[in-house]
Amino acid sequence: MPLDLYLNVAAGGLLTGLVYGLAALGLSVIFGVVRIVNFAHGELMVIGMYAAVLAAGSLSIDPLLATPVVAGLLFAVGYGLQRGLVNRFIDRPDHMQFILLVGIAMMIVNGLLIVFGPDSRNAQVSYAFDAIEIGPLLLDTVRVYAGGGALTVAALLFFFFRCTLTGKAIRACADNQLGARVVGLNVERLYAFTFGLGAATAGIAGCLMTLLVDVRPQLAPEYTLLSFIVVIVGGLGSMGGALLGGVLIGISEAMAGFILLPSMKSMFSYGLLILVLLLRPQGLLGKRP
Amino acid sequence: MFDQLTARGCAAFGMLLLILLALPMFADSYLVSVVTLVLWFAYVGQAWNVMMGFAGQLSLGHSLYVGLGAYASAALFVHFGIGPWAGLWLGMLLATLAGAVIGVLGFRFAIRGVHFALLTIAFAEFTRIAFDHIGWLGGSGGFFLPVGDAAGSSPFDLRGSPVLFYYVILALALGALALCRRLLHSRIGYFWLAIREDQEAAQAVGIDVFRAKLAAVLISAAMTSLGGVFYAFFYNNLFPEQIFSVSRSIELILAPVIGGIGTLFGPIFGAFILTPPGRAGHLGY
Repeated sequence: MPLDLYLNVAAGGLLTGLVYGLAALGLSVIFGVVRIVNFAHGELMVIGMYAAVLAAGSLSIDPLLATPVVAGLLFAVGYGLQRGLVNRFIDRPDHMQFILLVGIAMMIVNGLLIVFGPDSRNAQVSYAFDAIEIGPLLLDTVRVYAGGGALTVAALLFFFFRCTLTGKAIRACADNQLGARVVGLNVERLYAFTFGLGAATAGIAGCLMTLLVDVRPQLAPEYTLLSFIVVIVGGLGSMGGALLGGVLIGISEAMAGFILLPSMKSMFSYGLLILVLLLRPQGLLGKRP
Repeated sequence: MFDQLTARGCAAFGMLLLILLALPMFADSYLVSVVTLVLWFAYVGQAWNVMMGFAGQLSLGHSLYVGLGAYASAALFVHFGIGPWAGLWLGMLLATLAGAVIGVLGFRFAIRGVHFALLTIAFAEFTRIAFDHIGWLGGSGGFFLPVGDAAGSSPFDLRGSPVLFYYVILALALGALALCRRLLHSRIGYFWLAIREDQEAAQAVGIDVFRAKLAAVLISAAMTSLGGVFYAFFYNNLFPEQIFSVSRSIELILAPVIGGIGTLFGPIFGAFILTPPGRAGHLGY
């Protein structure tokens, strides 16, 4: 039954895509509020992956259970980065912000290379080869857990921005920075908080990703670009858009890898990015500026 | 071409030029190869500067033009025996075509700032993965040029000693400097500066913004592809993974960023500051 086969591949891509979407959500939150393009996003994600792998290796903690700790760690990293460095570059031109974050990214990748070396590492989990059967679909347990985790965290983020005071304050900063200042919000602190939140989201996405792939420091730039593609395709500043973009990219990658060649899969992501940039620059779910 | 330099600036530039011209006479081959690399980065930095520094269009995918120039000239040389002095025209043609596609699409659809930069990355990455799958050009396994044996080692095939390469890249770097200086003080150069500072205002005074920006992309792409031709014949091996990579694009822009975007001597200065420490790091291993 070839249709079943395609459905299975698509379902696997969808679940992986949810994790991509979560990583992109972090990027989208940072860009939407702080207006900084975080070119070190994939690097933060890979830090999360290494944290999860270390926790699984030395303390035998399941990557899923390690997520709160990793999120806290990455939140601190993001908060510190924004407070210490990025904040000074907020009013500078695009290319300076870009160079700053690329510099940070390079330092992270090379630091990881020095500490952990270039070899792949992975987190061993007992259910690595299990599968869940739903009708004609046979889904890897790890993918289901990763996709479910991504959805949960995305829902939590959504709730945070809709229903808490801090979340509303951050959205106010994004809408009108001057207005937010006028009503007495501490914009610098909220920016740092947002950056931390975005970094934590990337870290959690990294944790979930360790269930699916082996981690190498060199993965980081790929994930940075992937997050960008997802965000642009889905629409900057739209939370649903980031998830939708992630799912689209996940499915198209899985399909291209299955029908053509695995090594050609990201060509389709870039092709999709070019098309969306040209035809609908605000993204699929983004609002026209 | 020195009319706006101070006397001291002129003297310093003259001294530097003399030292560079005479360098192979007193320096060993290692130093010559390091300065060759410095000049290469100065050259491609100058080329990138035309687009970003003069016209204000941020490109993060310049490795695309390097790679196209390199692969075009190398393919002609390896498969058809056509030397680089003829092959560079194909490289320039392909690079300007790619630049035209990116420029026309990007500017026609009014893509600006970060989005335009991402578009350039997307095209470079797309091409990288495509070249990974072109078996005729070695694919991801790499494409290799025959290293100059006695018969084929003529300057007309750009096969020869490091000193030959050194003088070629020195000429290219100086040529780029002269060209950029001319461009900057020409009609189009002033158009570019106006667009860089305020595109709406430039449009309002009647500058054809689309054409001026496109011209910047085409000139920059053509210049960069020459750097690619040189790269191919200097290193004799090409891997899509390296030559089209985003990190290569970033490497290219560091020299002008450090030296000063939009200035004529910035890319040269930046390359001299940046490249030697990077090389010295390699000595430790």
